[in-house]
Amino acid sequence: MSRGIDSVTVDGFDVESREWVSALGRASGPDRHAAEARLHAMLLRVARGELRRRSPSLGISGAEVDDVAHQAAADAMMAIISKLRTFRGESRFTTWAYRFVVLEVSTKLGRHFWREHGVSFDPGDWDRLPDRFGVHPAHVAEARDLAAALRTAVETELTERQRQAFVAIVLNGTPLDAVVVEFETNRNAVYKMMFDARRKLRAALVAKGYLSSFDVRQVDE
Amino acid sequence: MSEWGALDRFLQTDPRDVGCEQAMAILHVYVDLVASGADAEQRYPGVAAHLAACGPCDEDFHGLLAAVRAAD
Repeated sequence: MSRGIDSVTVDGFDVESREWVSALGRASGPDRHAAEARLHAMLLRVARGELRRRSPSLGISGAEVDDVAHQAAADAMMAIISKLRTFRGESRFTTWAYRFVVLEVSTKLGRHFWREHGVSFDPGDWDRLPDRFGVHPAHVAEARDLAAALRTAVETELTERQRQAFVAIVLNGTPLDAVVVEFETNRNAVYKMMFDARRKLRAALVAKGYLSSFDVRQVDE
Repeated sequence: MSEWGALDRFLQTDPRDVGCEQAMAILHVYVDLVASGADAEQRYPGVAAHLAACGPCDEDFHGLLAAVRAAD
C-alpha cells in the first residue's frame, strides 16, 4: 500500500483500532511489517477456528482444511489492506477484519463443495420433500397432496432459474454458496432468487387452501 | 397442516429482510452489538430478519461472533 497514515481518518476510533489503522496505514517500515505479521497470524487463527467450528458439516479434513485456512487468511489480508480506508470505526477494527476472513472461509467452502460434488438440477424423487421438512413418517401419506401441490407450483409458478435453485437447494440439499459458483453470480443474487420463489410458492399454496395466509412466525415468537 | 410448519416457515418472507449484501456489509457492527449485550435486533431489524431466513449468512454471523468471543 503506498498511501501513508495521513490518508486514514482515525477520529472516533477506540485505542486498539486506532493503533491497527495507524500501523497498517504506514507506507512502509518495521511497524507496518510487524502489524501485517500480527494481522496475518490473527486471520489464520480465526480461519482455523471457523473451519473447526464448521467441521461437522465440512466433508474435508487434515491438510486440505489447513490449506483452505491459509488461502482464506491470505485473501482476507489483501482485502483488508486494500480496503483499510473504508474502515470507519463503527466496530472494533478486529471485528471488521475477522469479517473478511469468515466470509472468505464461506466462499472457499462453497467453491470446494461445487468442485467436489457439482450441482444437480435433477429433482429426482419428490417424495423426499416431507423428509426434508421433518414431516413425521406417520403423516407422510396425508402430506402427499401438499407435496404434489408444491411440485406443481414449482413447475408452473417459478422461472427456470428459480426452479433450478429451488431443486438444488431445497430438494437436493446443495449449499447455497455452491449454487452461487454454478450460476457464476453472488450470494445476494441467489438469495433474492430464492426469496422471490418462496413468496410465489407460498402464495400459490395459500390460494389452493393448503397453507393459511396467517404468518406462522407470529406463533413462534 | 401443522406437520408442514417447517415448510410454511421456510416459505414465509419478511418484508424487512435486507438481503445478503446489506446484512454482510454491516455484520461487524451487528456482531459487536451482540457481543456487548446490546439489542442488535432492535437496532437493525432488517439484518435480524435476514439472518433468521438465510442459512449461509446466519452461519457467517455465528462464525464472526464465535471469533470475537474467543478473542475477548
